[in-house]
Amino acid sequence: MTNAPVSDLVTATGLEPAAEPASTRSADRKARKAQKARKKSVAKGPKRKITWDIVWAQRALLAMAVPLLLYQVLFKYVPVYGWAIAFQNYKPGRGGIFDQQWVGFDNFEKLFTGVMGERFRQVIINTLGQSILTLVVGTFGAIILALLLNEVKNLGFKRVLQNITYMPHFLSWVIVASLAAVALSLPNSGGFINQFLLAVGIVDEPVMFLTEPNYFWGIVAGTSLWKELGWNTILYLAAITAIDPALYEAAEVDGAGRYRKMWNITLPGIMPTIVVLLIINSGWILSTNFELPYFLGNGLISERAETIDVFVLRYGYQLGNYSLAVVAGIFKTIVAIILVGSANQAAKRMNQETLV
Amino acid sequence: MSSTPVGAPVQPVAQPGAEPAAKPLATLVARPLIRRKPPKTRRKKLTTEHVLFTTANTTFLIVLAAVTLYPLLNTLAISLNDGMDAVRGGIGIWPRVFSLKNYEVVLNMDTIYKAFFMSVLKTVVVVATNLFFTSMLAYALSRSEFVFRRPITLIFVLTMYFDAGLIPNYLLIRDLGMLNSFQAYWVPVIISAFNLIVLRTYMKSIPEEVIESARMDGAGHFRVWWQIVMPLCKPALAVIGLFVAVGSWNAWLDTLLYNSGEQWLSTLQYELQKLLASSMNAGQNSGNMANNAASVASGGQLTSPIALRSAITMVAAVPILCVYPFLQKHFVSGLMIGSVKG
Repeated sequence: MTNAPVSDLVTATGLEPAAEPASTRSADRKARKAQKARKKSVAKGPKRKITWDIVWAQRALLAMAVPLLLYQVLFKYVPVYGWAIAFQNYKPGRGGIFDQQWVGFDNFEKLFTGVMGERFRQVIINTLGQSILTLVVGTFGAIILALLLNEVKNLGFKRVLQNITYMPHFLSWVIVASLAAVALSLPNSGGFINQFLLAVGIVDEPVMFLTEPNYFWGIVAGTSLWKELGWNTILYLAAITAIDPALYEAAEVDGAGRYRKMWNITLPGIMPTIVVLLIINSGWILSTNFELPYFLGNGLISERAETIDVFVLRYGYQLGNYSLAVVAGIFKTIVAIILVGSANQAAKRMNQETLV
Repeated sequence: MSSTPVGAPVQPVAQPGAEPAAKPLATLVARPLIRRKPPKTRRKKLTTEHVLFTTANTTFLIVLAAVTLYPLLNTLAISLNDGMDAVRGGIGIWPRVFSLKNYEVVLNMDTIYKAFFMSVLKTVVVVATNLFFTSMLAYALSRSEFVFRRPITLIFVLTMYFDAGLIPNYLLIRDLGMLNSFQAYWVPVIISAFNLIVLRTYMKSIPEEVIESARMDGAGHFRVWWQIVMPLCKPALAVIGLFVAVGSWNAWLDTLLYNSGEQWLSTLQYELQKLLASSMNAGQNSGNMANNAASVASGGQLTSPIALRSAITMVAAVPILCVYPFLQKHFVSGLMIGSVKG
């Protein structure tokens, strides 16, 4: 793949300086600025009037786009009719949506303050706790690994390391949860983490990882770290290669050592990437964490394991409590839109292109 | 300072060696050499620190790689071990009593065997339809003369952030009569908004002249899309296709929600998930997997749940590990699809 398409893909995601070779960067940036200005003036220029002639002339393009547009509306927006269930006492056996009993805001009351109030508050806390812990641990881990990988001068060794650490990203969560279940089990069931801890002498008796509620957030964060650590470094490594080498040379001339350069050049150099990624990811904070709590959370630890998505699937879908699950789903969607929207605004304010 | 040329002026020791070394050379040789010189002197000066850091760093990274690989190697070893023996535990990365029996049992299990082919079929259909429709729409939206491209793009982009929720989506599929049918796998996912934007941006980078000249020669939009733009988009299509394939292969929730009623529609990930769920209930709570050892018998062959599960895990992971080498080439562009999406 040539360079142009790569940087174009990068632009699409709002991390534009990341994957460019350093040498052409400043010239490229100037060119792009000019291009952007031109695009803007075109976009905001005199609006073409849409006449039937134009629409007819573009019938081929319309034929390509409109059926798919209708398709998307059907599968992404039309399901909103299901939100009606939130205001009903929905019983699957009673027939369709129009045969149900309307109850107003009873379900909202029930979920947020009433009978389910305590459980749902804990569910929200679990979602936030697991997400934030995963996000923080994952971000720190990826930055540190990117910095260390950047110091490896042997390119072959570096490539091998990258390929090994990227690999778990492509395994499904089912497989990862299965591996984690084995790893965390008791020593005689093949739990090699316990075997290791016992052998080294850190603990005297096996740790019951999956039956102790207080460990669960850590297990989720740790397992996610194992899966995504290498993959998350890619963006940071790309950002590091975009740092002007002249900065390092100047620092060397001034007598900066390895750590000095890492701390005072590399880290500030990738700071915009770090901040933008953190902001973007924090927008999705209620939407992450589904598979691990679903697979690894059992009855003994559900007070710490149950997240919104698990609640919707287990309590709502599988136990037939559709109404309350839809209320929880509406809550999640609305909060997510607010979070993602403000995250995008914040990222935009930092003068970075975002997707929307 | 050992490399400082004899003729150079004597410098205070605190001053780094770059300047004195560079000056006399600058008069003799081309500029690039000056740039290369300073690091060499530095490296000699910082030998102990450099060696220490490199050793520590290398060791740490090797340990990290080992930690990444160990769970998979361990599962591989267990799957290649005799099932009854595996229950005793203590298998590292090498099988203790080598046996292919687990794989024999797994591949003879009707459900797993069929689920494997259903996973393959589903992945192929999803990738084909997804690439076809996404690229067609991306082409239309990449044409700057297309009057409705902005509102249409906006409607698609918003779906990245808006999700009606699990149960409303389920109700739609149910009301469309697609429960327990193969359509439930591919029809709802023929377009991914994110890939659409990536592809549209890629198509915009194709020189306008290429498309213009084809249009001049009388090619319609469908023809330009299929015969001109698609071949030029191969790299982007490869990336998107591979990621869609991985996503489809790894999915299990669609089977659980829509198609769990029909055994022939079961996928490998779903079967593995069922096995995982049952062993989590049976094994973890009683605290000992040995309790239900020997409970699995298939075709007169005895093996244990843990060995069997390991074998199925490997069967589910191997196709991914096989396409992995092909994915590598596209990492730099692929990460944009994978990571930012979260």
